[in-house]
This record gives sequence, structure tokens and C-alpha cells, in this order.
Amino acid sequence: MNKPTPAAVPAAFSRDIKTIVNAGLQRRHAAERRFRSYGLIAISLGLLFVVLMFANIIGKGYPAFWQTYVQVPISFDPAVIDPQGTRDPVAIESADYAALVRAGMRRMFPTVEGRTELRALYALVSSDATYELQRRIHQNPALIGSSQEIWLLASATVDTLVKGNIDRALDETERPIKDNQIGWVDKLQAAGKIEKQFNTILFSSGDSREPEQAGIRGALMGSFYTLLITFLLSFPIGVATAVYLEEFAPKNRWTDLIEVNINNLAAVPSIVFGLLGLAVFINFFDLPRSAPLVGGLVLSLMTLPVIIIAGRAALTSVPPSIREAALGMGASKLQMVGHHVLPLAMPGMLTGAIIGMARALGESAPLLMIGMVAFIVDVPKGIMDPATVLPVQIYLWSDLPERAFVERTSAAIMVLLAFMVLMNGLAIILRKRFERRW
Amino acid sequence: MLKQKLVLALAATFVVTGAAYAQSARDYISVVGSSTVYPFTTAVAEQFGKGSKFKTPKVESTGTGGGFKLFCSGVGVQFPDVSNASRAIKKSEIETCAKNGVTDIVEIKIGFDGIVIATSKKAKPMALTIKDLWLALAKEIPEPGTGKLAPNPFKTWKDANPDLPASKIEVLGPPPTSGTRDAFVELVMDHGCKEFAAIKELEKVDEKKAKAVCQTVREDGAFIEAGENDNLIVQKLVANPNALGIFGYSFLEENLDKVQGETINGVVPNFDNIADGKYPVSRPLFVYIKKAHVDVIPGIKEFIAEYTSEKAVGDEGYLSKKGLIPLPDAQRKQVSANANSLKTLAP
Repeated sequence: MNKPTPAAVPAAFSRDIKTIVNAGLQRRHAAERRFRSYGLIAISLGLLFVVLMFANIIGKGYPAFWQTYVQVPISFDPAVIDPQGTRDPVAIESADYAALVRAGMRRMFPTVEGRTELRALYALVSSDATYELQRRIHQNPALIGSSQEIWLLASATVDTLVKGNIDRALDETERPIKDNQIGWVDKLQAAGKIEKQFNTILFSSGDSREPEQAGIRGALMGSFYTLLITFLLSFPIGVATAVYLEEFAPKNRWTDLIEVNINNLAAVPSIVFGLLGLAVFINFFDLPRSAPLVGGLVLSLMTLPVIIIAGRAALTSVPPSIREAALGMGASKLQMVGHHVLPLAMPGMLTGAIIGMARALGESAPLLMIGMVAFIVDVPKGIMDPATVLPVQIYLWSDLPERAFVERTSAAIMVLLAFMVLMNGLAIILRKRFERRW
Repeated sequence: MLKQKLVLALAATFVVTGAAYAQSARDYISVVGSSTVYPFTTAVAEQFGKGSKFKTPKVESTGTGGGFKLFCSGVGVQFPDVSNASRAIKKSEIETCAKNGVTDIVEIKIGFDGIVIATSKKAKPMALTIKDLWLALAKEIPEPGTGKLAPNPFKTWKDANPDLPASKIEVLGPPPTSGTRDAFVELVMDHGCKEFAAIKELEKVDEKKAKAVCQTVREDGAFIEAGENDNLIVQKLVANPNALGIFGYSFLEENLDKVQGETINGVVPNFDNIADGKYPVSRPLFVYIKKAHVDVIPGIKEFIAEYTSEKAVGDEGYLSKKGLIPLPDAQRKQVSANANSLKTLAP
């Protein structure tokens, strides 16, 4: 491009260029404005979808954090609990607590008669009520013989009705709850005998087929053990691999091949790692199906390439002058890496590891193969107990017919999202606090 | 070096823990199989865990075929004890089982599951027949008159049957991997095509071709594979009143405020009609038990007893509340007697 100086160009000609430039200028500004607005539109569309997703999930899920309870007058009749009067713990354990619940319900509605009517009445409280009474007596046998007003868990249909998710205007046959049941619930509500309490069950119990008794503790513990194994395996191995490849390995065809393979592994669909885990850990090493140990092993295979790649990037960002200075002071290569390079690269490595772990936390496909897509009631107590993980729990709940599982599914998603945000937040804090710019 | 040692140490850990695990017997029942039976078996498992001294069984949702694959891999604590199935076990699967030493299998028929064809409540009900459904959904149909096979030309339900409304054919159904799809093909498509003389003729000449013609679902967008999640199909029906959806009866029962089941051959899909066998699109559900595990894994006998008890599978049992249609009384008694005496399948 030649730049004509104004002096060298005749005045008329220069005016001509000016008009040409001016005419084009508007177009160029318009093009820039257009480009900016495309960018804005793209960002706001993205944000809109995020907001929609969050609004949808939170809107559906927040009622699940409250649970309806019914206050029932229970009389711990010794004739039912301990007819022999021996106070034998085994006999007390196996007493007919359901009869106590039924008696309590009848006491509230003495006029209800007939088998079907009574069944409908008993269906207002959850089947957990029986076990609740059993637990109370187990804790405090002195209760036998007393009468108490006890808050018992309401059934899922009552819970859904109280939360306003059942249309009362519908015909009786189209509702999961019958007219007479709605009548009783209304009476109880008017008498203040129905109350919504914070849903501790959601966080304290394992899976259940009854929505009101289902919780995510089993899945949370399963996720915890699985991620623990994943971290313990993939972080040291990943860091060691990254350090060796970056600092010690000779640059030759073999290391190139390894590098290409690691990059490829990072892009392999996760289900493939599940198949590998099934073949190697379960079929060959005879490890138990559904165990967090196997889940952790499979997920660490998946997370390793991510950690290695992030680790190598963190190592390359440490300037060579640090290495040279250390070597110049007489440090050995291992001391140079151990005392200087690794500490400086660690924040970046940890960030990579946390992002890899967050990905592993959200993974469900490879776990299908190794049997972690399962209904497990007992909360796992170790890495060998059968377990499931949070995303799998969400998948399983979303596929159940009961309406009350919809809000629980969303609540579980909220918990999963909270952990994701937490982990990614931690990664950002680590990067901001400890990363050094050169 | 360090890495090598690590790898060696890890490998050693697996072998040791694996061996330790194999030696210590599993103390809970392991169930695998169909996602259709999953909601029922899990309910039984939970009741069993709460009401007995045994641990709650673990129930995996792997699909019927995947379940049998695991179930038939062998005898031993590392293999499952029970397999859920939304169809009867196939001969080929029995053979695989036998090859791996799983010879004695106890079958429990737990009840029926209706497959409903439903629309949004906003849509006008259609009186469908199995023949209409086949005409609307088959890939190739015989031309009227000549009986020659031609790609399905029908765009609206009215094309298939003049009594039906002129709305677009749009059916949301499960993918071929699903047991519900198998059952739909077997109960609707296979029967629907037999109503045509041309297909019957073809069956005499070339049975395989006839079967393919009967069972192949059209791929031009009229039948939409909507995934395994039945709740999703219900949601899509609400959003699109013109569409029909295929799913299990329990999802209809839970969503009666949103969707309605279409009558098939004049029969309404409801509890009584499916239980009586009047409703044509219903299938039995099964649970299979490995007899060799019965005294090895604690609680299997008691689990069978729970699964065949009146309080579970009876007319008013807890499974009927979850949408399982109970067997007729006499059959139920027979099934229960056979299962509790551990009568195995004839080889």
C-alpha cells in the first residue's frame, strides 16, 4: 500500500479519496456494529438458555426441599407392642406398628367405615410411618403405654396435593387422589394437623420406590467414594506422567506417539472406558460389580488424559529461566523439578484436575457397563459396597412413572449443579490466587 | 521406575482385593435386567429389605437382553442371581446359559403390562384398530387391488381408514433396543399385517420376507423414536396434540390428567380390560432366578416368597398400585406354587 501524502496529491484528487473513504466508512462502521450485535445476540441467547434451564429446574425442584407431614395421635398400646409384657427387644422390634398407625388414623376420623374407605384413609400416611414408630420405640422403650401426637410422613400423593400440583377440578378418576381423601386432607389442614417441614429425608436416606422416602444420600456417598478413588489414582499418575513427558523424556518418535495417543484418549467417548472397565476390572480382576472402586478406576482412566494435558500445559508455562537458574545453582534435575518447577506449575495442574473431576462427577454412561446404574437402598459405607452416583440417580428417577419423582429429580439436579459450581469455583479461585504471570 | 512400581502396586491391589472379594460371599441378592420390570422389582426389593433380616437386593437396570447376557455368564457370586425380563427367555439365551453352566432356571411370571397408544387430552379420541395402526406405521403395505408391496403412501390417518380424522400420522415410540418396542411389534404389527390376504399369500411363499414386511416400521418421519424415557413421550404428547405416543400402562395411569389412552379394536386400556385379557396389546412380565444360587446367596427363597405373595402381586398388592396388572387368581396360585418349590424351566 502506498500512502499518498496530502502535499503530493492534487487537491481535487485528495477530496475524491476523502469522499470514497467517507462513503466506505459508514459501511465499515455498520459492519462492525453488525458484528458486535451478532456477538451480543449469541451471548444473550446462551444466557437466556442458561436462565431458562435454571428457572425450569429450580422452579420444579425447590418444592422437593419441603415435605408434608401429618400429625397423628398415636397411643403406644402395650397390648399391641408387647402383649407378653416381657419387654423383650426382639418381640418389640417385630410388633405390628402398622396397627398403631391405623388406630391413630381412625381416632382422627372415627366416622369412616368400610374396607375401601378405611384403606383410602390409611393411604394418607406413608408406609414409612410404621418404621418411624418402630424407630421411636427402639430408641426409647419407655414410650410404651403412652399416647403422643406424632408428626408422620404423609404419602406422596398427599404431598403433591398440598403442594398444589394436583388439579382439584379434574374428575375423580383422572386424579391419583380421590374426593374423600381430598376432603380428609382439607379437614386436617384446617385443623393445623398438616405441616410442611424441611425435607431431611432427601439428604439422609438412600433410594426408595416411594417418592416421599427417597433420598440422595446413597448417591452422594457413592459419588464421593468414586471420586475419591478417581482423584487418588488419576492425580498422582497424571502429574507424574506430565512431569516425565515434559521434563525428562527425550524428544523422539516414541514420546511423540505417546503424546498423540494421550490427546486422542481425551476425546474417546466415555462409554468406551466403561466397556474397558467391564472387560479388565470386572471380568479379569474379578472386582465386584457396582462398586465405587471400579467406578473410580474407570473414571480415572477417563480423567487421566485431561489431567496430563492440563499438567503439561502448566509445566510449559513455567519459564525456562527458572529451570536454568536452578540448574546453574547446582541443583540436580529432580531437585529442579521438585523444588521449583512443580510448585510453580501446581495451581495450573490442580485447576486441570478439578475440572477433570467435575467432568467425572457428571458422568453416567460408562457406569452403566460396570453395574452402577442400579437401585440401591443402603447407603454405601466403603469402596466395595454396591453404590450408584448422583447423575445416575437423576437418570433413574426421571424414568419412574410416579409424578412426585419429578420434583425430586429436579432437586437432585440442583444438588449436582451446586457441586459442579462449587468445584469449578474452586478451580477459578486456585487459578486467581496462586497462578503467577511471567 | 516410579511409575512402573506404581502400576505394579496397583495391579497387585486389584488381584488381592479381587481375590478377597471372590472368597467372601456376597450377602445381598443381585438383580439385573429389564427397565420395564425395574419399577416393580425395586418395590419388592425395598419391601423385602425392610421386612426381613436380609439386606436390600441390588437392582440394576440393564435392559432385558443385557440382563440375560449377565445372568447367563455363569454360576458364582460374581454373577447375578435374578434377571428381570419384559419377555420370556429365548431359546438361544437358554442355550447360552447352559453353555456357561447355568442350567436350572426358575421362572416367575409376575403379571401383565399393557402397552397403550395415547394422545393428549386436548385431542379428540380416535377409535383405532390394530389394522389401522399397521397400515399407518408399516414401511411397505400391499396396494389395494393388486396386492403388490409399495412404500407406505399414507400421510394422514384418514388415508389409512376413512373413519379416522384427517390429522397427520405422527407416532412417538420407543427405539428398537427397548422391550416395549419388541412387544409393540409383536402384538400390533405382526397381528395387523395378517389382516391382508396379500401378506398371507406371501407368508406361504417366503416366510422371512413376510415377517420383515410385517415388522418393519416406516422410517419417513411418521414414526418417531422418542427414546426410552416414557415420561418424555408424555411431555411431548402434551406439547403436540396431533401426535400419538406408545408407552407402558403405568405411565398412563399416573398421567390421566394429561393424556388419554386410545381404544384399540374398541377396547379401552384400563386396569380391568388388561387384567381380563380383553385389551389386545398387553404382555406378560417375568423374573428369572438361578437355582444354583439359592442356598449360596442368603435370602433368595424368601425373596421369591415375597415376589409371589398376595401382598405384592395380588389384586390389591402394592405392585398393582405401581401399575402392574395382576395375573388371574388361578394362574397366580400356580405360578406361586411352582416358584416356591423352585420348579425349573424344562431344558
